[in-house]
Amino acid sequence: MIPAVEHAALAGSIEIHRLGRRPKGWSGYVTGLAPIADLTIPWGELERRLLEMGIVEGARVELMHEGPIGRDPIAVRVDDATVALRRRDADAILVAAAE
Amino acid sequence: MSAPHVPEIALVGCPNAGKTALFNQLTGSRQKVANYAGVTVERKEGAFVTPAGRSVKVLDLPGTYSLRGRSPDEIVTRDVVLGRQKGEDVPDAVVCVADATNLRIVLRLVIELMSVGRPMVLALNMMDVVEKQGGRIDVGKLSAELGIPVVPIVAIRKGGISELLAAIDRLPLEAADPSPHGWREPTAEEIRATHATAARILKACSFHPGDEKLTRKLDAVLLHPVWGVLVLLAVLFLMFQAVFTWAKPAMELIQATIEMVGVFVGASLPEGLLKSLLVDGVIAGVGAVLVFLPQIVILFFFIILLEDFGYMARAAFLMDRLMAGTGLHGRAFIPLLSSFACAIPGIMAARVIENRRDRIATILVAPLMTCSARLPVYTLIIAAFVPEDAEVWGFGLQGLTMFGLFATGIVSALLVAFVLKKLVWKEEPEPFIMELPDYKWPAPKNVAIGLWIRAGAFLRRAGTIILAIMILIWFLSTFPAPPEGAAGPAIDWSFAGRLGHFLEPIFRPIGFTWQIVVALIPGMAAREVAVGALGTIYALSSTGDEMHEALKPILSQQWPLSTALSFLVWYVFAPQCASTIAVIKRETNSWVWPAVHFGYMFVLAYAASFATYHVVEALTR
Ligand SMILES: Nc1nc2c(ncn2[C@@H]2O[C@H](COP(=O)(O)OP(=O)(O)O)[C@@H](O)[C@H]2O)c(=O)[nH]1
Repeated sequence: MIPAVEHAALAGSIEIHRLGRRPKGWSGYVTGLAPIADLTIPWGELERRLLEMGIVEGARVELMHEGPIGRDPIAVRVDDATVALRRRDADAILVAAAE
Repeated sequence: MSAPHVPEIALVGCPNAGKTALFNQLTGSRQKVANYAGVTVERKEGAFVTPAGRSVKVLDLPGTYSLRGRSPDEIVTRDVVLGRQKGEDVPDAVVCVADATNLRIVLRLVIELMSVGRPMVLALNMMDVVEKQGGRIDVGKLSAELGIPVVPIVAIRKGGISELLAAIDRLPLEAADPSPHGWREPTAEEIRATHATAARILKACSFHPGDEKLTRKLDAVLLHPVWGVLVLLAVLFLMFQAVFTWAKPAMELIQATIEMVGVFVGASLPEGLLKSLLVDGVIAGVGAVLVFLPQIVILFFFIILLEDFGYMARAAFLMDRLMAGTGLHGRAFIPLLSSFACAIPGIMAARVIENRRDRIATILVAPLMTCSARLPVYTLIIAAFVPEDAEVWGFGLQGLTMFGLFATGIVSALLVAFVLKKLVWKEEPEPFIMELPDYKWPAPKNVAIGLWIRAGAFLRRAGTIILAIMILIWFLSTFPAPPEGAAGPAIDWSFAGRLGHFLEPIFRPIGFTWQIVVALIPGMAAREVAVGALGTIYALSSTGDEMHEALKPILSQQWPLSTALSFLVWYVFAPQCASTIAVIKRETNSWVWPAVHFGYMFVLAYAASFATYHVVEALTR
């Protein structure tokens, strides 16, 4: 499992981030899914919900919009669909910037 | 001899794939809407005849991203497809409806559905959008890769429908083999694997959805932290404006028609019980509910329009953080919004919420939203007690009072949800993951059919439960008749009068007279009926001339201000609607929640009215 840090350098120079902490306008691709600190539903369930919405390794993501209060939730373009989710749940999505 | 087997197909697909549009296209307005046995998930069935002359039944299943079944709706979809749903036959074939601009997600569902092993067709919808966006897909290749027929369609325009029917005709539609299906709940790894398969297939079909520009442009405004919120407020304002002003002429027309029918029936029948039953019980009672049809139709018109356009999901997005403060999430916004017309569609709309406790909290607070049935009561009391020309900071006091009542309802709904979720259940918020569909122009035909179905459901309710309760209430307030030559008003002798007098001591501390208490009893049928009941009670308990006087001056003469305000506050909170209680029972499948609903609202109403009455008494003495 990938450690719960924001800037973990993996395989050389790729910087891995948690999607929930990226700013608006950021784009990249999904490198993996990893549990968040205080899960409110079992990890296996959250992981499958994200996967079913197309948030899977390799998917292109772009952080399109932010909610009006506290920049939360966020709207993310995932390949050809737009998915809204809260930043705390988006933290389970590990991403890297597009080359 | 057994009846010939009528094949049945099930429509399955992700939300917003155009399933409803296809269902409407296949069946027209000949749709049967009911509930699945034992659960209150809407069951839509229709029928059509294929080119080969076979009649086929078609079932529109709730939209879902997977067969794992996380909400009652999704569980029904899974169980029908797997042949486990009580009272349903195994569908002979599955038609999967896919949004061709968004194939990745649905292709995974298609592969999952194929593992069930029923004959299947993939209807590739929204091909017009793909074309317009400059996208492409090799349909023949997709069909070859999947091993099932794939038919490109445009569900809103009959495009490809005859090809789809032909494909259905070629399916083996004998009675489905109820043998075990090949599905089990997939693990995360298996979901990844089907995604990989889907990606490979899409590549093989040189799939490219094209560039979606409209949604990007619109969302830059509609989801903007400032403009987006302003637009949402404007939309809500327009909606309420429409519900309360556009509906007026139609409501007046209905009102006048009902009165005419009453007069006509009254004139053509001899004096007596039958006339009283028909005119005072049936016509007046059902009329009191029918009057709301225009408002409900307008509200649903907006909701369906916004839903089809794709805006409702955006509203949920904008509202999510605000709702999260109460422990609910953005999706609860739509049920609560619907509750402004009537709590019943609102409570039913809560089915989209996956988490059971979230759903129950939403259901319990929905009746606090000011439904349109409260309006006649508010309007009457405000008109009678708040001076028309009084102003505060340039705003009319009457309008401000109305606004205050609405605001009190909303704030208390949010507070109750907060208490339930954060203090009673001490729950962490459920994840909020929701697709924001690309914007689509709503198709007039689908909006019309949707409205037709919802108006029908409302009318059925008026024609059944409300009619029955009206007759019961007429009976209670007519029998027993006063003895020959008795002094005093007739209703004093009736069951309703006695019940009112009996319950009066309970309500005296909050300033209610026995007339009010008696009016609350029929008000249980539908809130606004209390107005008619007050009319009946004051008219019945007074002599000839006064019968024809308007209710307004009677009230302002007979009630102190403290009683009037206490009565208004009572109506903000009180569990004054038998149908709401029945719907909560049905939706939660237990008597606990209707009891909790009744209990907490009664206590809230009593306490708030008590406080209002005594504060106003103290101030006006
Ligand atoms: N342009 C276009 N719009 C469509 C098509 N099919 C459905 N729609 C629209 O897509 C929206 C969602 O469709 P609906 O049938 O309600 O989806 P459901 O959630 O699957 O029932 C509506 O606004 C429809 O008018 C289509 O083939 N082309």
